Amino acid sequence: MNLIATQIERFGGINLLPVLLAVVALVLIGVPSTWLTLTVAGLAMGMMIFLMASGLSLVFGLMDVLNFGHSAFISFGAFIAASVLAALGSWVGADNILLNIAALFAAISAATLFGLVAGWFFERVIIKPVYRDHLRQILITMGALIVAEQIILAIWGGSPISVPRPNFLSGSIILGDVSIEIYRLFAFGLGLVVFLGLYAVLNRTRIGLLVRAGVENREMVEALGFRIDRLFIGVFMLGSALAAMGGAMWAGYETLITAAIGSEMMIIVFIVIIIGGLGSIEGTLLGALMVGLMGNYVAFLAPKMALASNMLLMMAILLWRPYGLRPAVK
Amino acid sequence: MGELKNTAASSSARVVRLFVYGLIGLIGIGLFLAPMLFPDIRSQEVAARICIFIVLVASYDLLIGYTGIVSFAHTMFFGIGAYGTAIALKQMGPGWDAILVGGSAGLAVSFVLAALVGLLSLRVKAIFFAMVTLAAASVMAVMASQFSDFTGGEDGIIYKTPRLFSSATKLLTDENGKVLRIFGVKANGKTAAYYFVFFGSLVLYFVMLRIVASPLGTVLKAIRENEMRAEALGYKVVLYRTAIFCIAAVIAACAGILRAIWLKYTGPETTLSFAIMIDILLMVVIGGMGTLYGAIIGATLMSLGQFYLKDLMQAASEATAGLPLIPDLLDPDRWLLWLGLVFVLLVYFFPAGIVGTLTRKEANA
Repeated sequence: MNLIATQIERFGGINLLPVLLAVVALVLIGVPSTWLTLTVAGLAMGMMIFLMASGLSLVFGLMDVLNFGHSAFISFGAFIAASVLAALGSWVGADNILLNIAALFAAISAATLFGLVAGWFFERVIIKPVYRDHLRQILITMGALIVAEQIILAIWGGSPISVPRPNFLSGSIILGDVSIEIYRLFAFGLGLVVFLGLYAVLNRTRIGLLVRAGVENREMVEALGFRIDRLFIGVFMLGSALAAMGGAMWAGYETLITAAIGSEMMIIVFIVIIIGGLGSIEGTLLGALMVGLMGNYVAFLAPKMALASNMLLMMAILLWRPYGLRPAVK
Repeated sequence: MGELKNTAASSSARVVRLFVYGLIGLIGIGLFLAPMLFPDIRSQEVAARICIFIVLVASYDLLIGYTGIVSFAHTMFFGIGAYGTAIALKQMGPGWDAILVGGSAGLAVSFVLAALVGLLSLRVKAIFFAMVTLAAASVMAVMASQFSDFTGGEDGIIYKTPRLFSSATKLLTDENGKVLRIFGVKANGKTAAYYFVFFGSLVLYFVMLRIVASPLGTVLKAIRENEMRAEALGYKVVLYRTAIFCIAAVIAACAGILRAIWLKYTGPETTLSFAIMIDILLMVVIGGMGTLYGAIIGATLMSLGQFYLKDLMQAASEATAGLPLIPDLLDPDRWLLWLGLVFVLLVYFFPAGIVGTLTRKEANA
């Protein structure tokens, strides 16, 4: 028994959970081509959720601040990207791949840029006055979320908005009897790039070292003379920008968005960071992939249970590990 | 000098306290006499809503104000109570047995769910708990709309309540066989239903006052103030937290039963939606956390405010019709925007709420 445990540990330990999930799903679904389509969709969804969740997790780890208003950045990102894509309609629909990419790039960077600026504003105005007071943090960020959602309703209206997809990303690749949407591959790729970038910054640079040290023990880092609060603004802005980017990607994935997009995603984001453990991006990635895969498999096997299944997954993991799979803070 | 100041301050504090209690008494009398004072149907709806929300908000305050637990699942328990009653009334027909069966099923489910969620996640940080309850509540809302065979989905359930509460029922008749009027109040089923809600809420409210004054309430306050110290004194913090979470859940479910009986309709919008959770939060914060009297003032002000704010915004929106964007922001549908702003400002500047701020002055004096 011990031998098996060490073997499992050697091959990645809890990192194997998504693989295990995929194998179980393959047995249950039984049709490899369907399974492959679902797996790709799940991985793409997981990567987009990772984009939205990573910032929240880091912000909490670093400063013990939980931002219930995080989903406002997701919705704003989605709506700004949709507006930019709609404004560049001729580029989006053109046959020229360069124009397509330019439109997509413009949309995603507009959303991300907005996330940066709004993150700065949010941190200064909303969160700074209530550092270290969890109760008021929850209440205030919740209030800010309500206001943000209403502003979106006031600007973009209550009816759903359709999001045009750039030409080169629509359609799918057919491999044998498996069809894979190109957009999903793109979403997966972008998420992977962001994860690797974050991982490299956190583990290979001096700033990353400070962030990780701050997550571990903020007071000690401050005692050594580093300004954690300045670092924190940076992390907060980055987290908001990533959330907006994730929202932009999600808008393209859903192709029809309403003002409720943020609060819908927020639940999933919370489940992900609880599963993953607060404060670590590896944990967030693990949680995001599991939730993405689980969501897609269950949506196929028992459509009514899709959201509840993620809830059950969270419950099971909390029973097993009360602080999540790979927490950086306890 | 100091003593002089003290007496002056304490006498002004007494005035403030009298004012607060007077206001609460006034609201209580107003609600008791509501059928006589405000005979039209719309006002009666508001009065019943205020009664039910006072219970709901006070039970939430047991968590957030007295124990320092932030839960977003309060509407879930409210909804379970309401849906339990509603489904039983629909399936078994209008009768007291249906209310008894459905209501107790709702209470039992609330209790078990609360115990599960509590034991599972109250061990860890408060913030974890907030997230878990938010997730649980939204999953419950989605499930209620998906299992539409039972719950009626988004449309909800319409049903009949026992004959006693039907508006056509004559409780007392005069010599002509018409409904007797006492001080202008028709002694019909609608009035009976209102007083059922009123006295039901009153009993629940007194139960909560008793809980807060009991040794249990003292331990809860100790946990809120300093968890480590309470644990060190030998109180099992997790058990106490779970206990109050279960109690609050059951009381919220009771409020749900009252709501289901009063409205004769139960749907996601009236019980489970997140908008109601926001209402509860606003009411608690406006009234003041950590004082049950705050619930009365918060629930009354908010319910009246929601009522009249929309009218006010309609007028403002029409007045600014020529300007860009401003009419959109002032649209009556955007009333949550302004309530949200008020909420944020309140949390900044008056975290203790109306009652809390007024009574804290007294403590400072």
